Amino acid sequence: MVKYIVKRLLQLIPVILAITFLSFALLRLAGGDAVTYFYERRGTAVSQEVIDKGKALYGLDQPFLVQYGNWLKKMVSGDMGISYVSQKPVFSTFLEKLPATILLTASSIMLTLLIALPLGIYSALKQNSKWDYLIRTFTFLGNSLPNFFVAMVLLYFLAIKLALLPVISGGVTLKGLILPTLTLTISMGAKYTRQVRAIVLEEVQKDYVVGAKARGVRFPVIMIRSVLRSSLFALITLLALSIGSLLGGTAIVESIFMWDGVGKLVVDAIIMRDYPIIQAYVVWMSIIYAFVNLLTDIVYHLLDPRVGLEEVGNI
Amino acid sequence: MTGNIKLRKKLILLITLAVAIILICFFAPKLCPFDPYAQDLAKAMQSPNWHNLLGTDRYGRDILSRIIVGSRASVFSAFLLVTVITIFGSFMGVVCGWQGGKTDAVIMRISDVFLAFPGLVFALAVIGVLGGGMSNAIIALGVISWPKYARLARSLTLSTKNAPYIAAARLSGSNNRQIIYRHILPNISGPLVVTGVLDIGTMMMELAGLSFLGLGAQPPLAEWGSMMSEGRSMLQTTPWVVLSPGLAIFLTVFVFNLLGDTVRDYLDPKERHKISISKGEQVICKRKKSWRG
Repeated sequence: MVKYIVKRLLQLIPVILAITFLSFALLRLAGGDAVTYFYERRGTAVSQEVIDKGKALYGLDQPFLVQYGNWLKKMVSGDMGISYVSQKPVFSTFLEKLPATILLTASSIMLTLLIALPLGIYSALKQNSKWDYLIRTFTFLGNSLPNFFVAMVLLYFLAIKLALLPVISGGVTLKGLILPTLTLTISMGAKYTRQVRAIVLEEVQKDYVVGAKARGVRFPVIMIRSVLRSSLFALITLLALSIGSLLGGTAIVESIFMWDGVGKLVVDAIIMRDYPIIQAYVVWMSIIYAFVNLLTDIVYHLLDPRVGLEEVGNI
Repeated sequence: MTGNIKLRKKLILLITLAVAIILICFFAPKLCPFDPYAQDLAKAMQSPNWHNLLGTDRYGRDILSRIIVGSRASVFSAFLLVTVITIFGSFMGVVCGWQGGKTDAVIMRISDVFLAFPGLVFALAVIGVLGGGMSNAIIALGVISWPKYARLARSLTLSTKNAPYIAAARLSGSNNRQIIYRHILPNISGPLVVTGVLDIGTMMMELAGLSFLGLGAQPPLAEWGSMMSEGRSMLQTTPWVVLSPGLAIFLTVFVFNLLGDTVRDYLDPKERHKISISKGEQVICKRKKSWRG
């Protein structure tokens, strides 16, 4: 087990190197360097000499790869530069906003599972019944709903017409959490219900279920002991992947509801052209994503030791 | 067989609808009842009525006309984007699968790097670098989406490559190009087309989402996402300005999603659950195969 984890951690290194390198190269491409940018921002015209001096001071006159190495070294120790806009350290700003995003992600996933699991299983077991058609129709409609539209509709009816909830979250509060969570849950819940249904449906039709039935095992027992257990794998994969899309997808919802997380942070940064913040966002979100994937594989391994060392490596 | 006929009817109906939507994009300026960009403050913020069917926004612009013209930016660009990445990604994938060796390794590692970034995160980075704007948003979405097609095309190519009929074609003197065009491509195009059609809706939503954030289409350009964003501050007094473009996105995405599902059922009724729509399902299929050894 330990050997497996170590091996997977080692495999993570090239991924992280690639992520950081691409982010660094991309943002370097973005338009000059921090020194030129700094002087441009202040609006003072300075000679090339001053710029060159500044560049030498920050090591920006060195070859690209050396710069990348230096940047990486700093990054590992948590120094990702200073925001062009707020003049505060980027990394601590990012860490400050991260809990809000994690809270939103976690609450939406929980609520989604609470809705999607029972609906999906029910729909699969009662295949082609009235309720199955109804659930399928709703999930299909939900799948075509963009989350900003859902957000607007919820805002209009719940916050404006009925005045039940605040229009903007106004800080990280429980009341403010409800609308963004609901928004994310509606589009995710639709997707999940469909997937859970498909997974369970496939599992139920397998030979071992028929075999168990023939041996007289009661249906709830088959469901809980076998079907749900084997469906768990597919579900975990889905969850891991949706955490990835949630990490990026919360940006829109956070901006709409003014939820003070990293998604809103990066959208604001893009509009203000605050490159260090964008860079920190890309690098850290991707690293979090890579770790979530790793964790998924470890859980897989724990649940089913047959998922061995060779095949999981190449995601 | 009756089921099949029903399915075919549904497919024809949906294709007609989709073609109609694309035609609307083409002839948008001629179909508008009013000039979508003409401001008339005397008519500002009118609720839907017989003259302006969907009402007007705060500058007095006709919402219906703006939605019709906006279909170009919202629907047509998503459609073009998906077409381009499907072709590009499939080309890369077929080359990898067919050639193998170094080409395969290099292109697949590149696609791995792109897949290492979660969801829209990398798109946001690309937009951060290039700056906002419709074309930059399209480029950003294209950059993050092609690896999916390359992966799919590669695995499909690998699975058909060793089929007996390919060997037969080779024996009867076909060269690589002939085999790829005549035998491989027709055999692997089904799942690729299905993935593509299903992606049109997703891309539309993502493109509109970026525009909604102000990172895609810029005002005054009529685009559904940015129209919603423009009307956002007036949601309380003029909800139709926000809700009608939203409804337009929803209905169009719905048509394309339904079309994608129907095409999939039509092409391969047995594989309903297996052909991958999303990355998630692909992984599931892959893993399941590996358990069975």
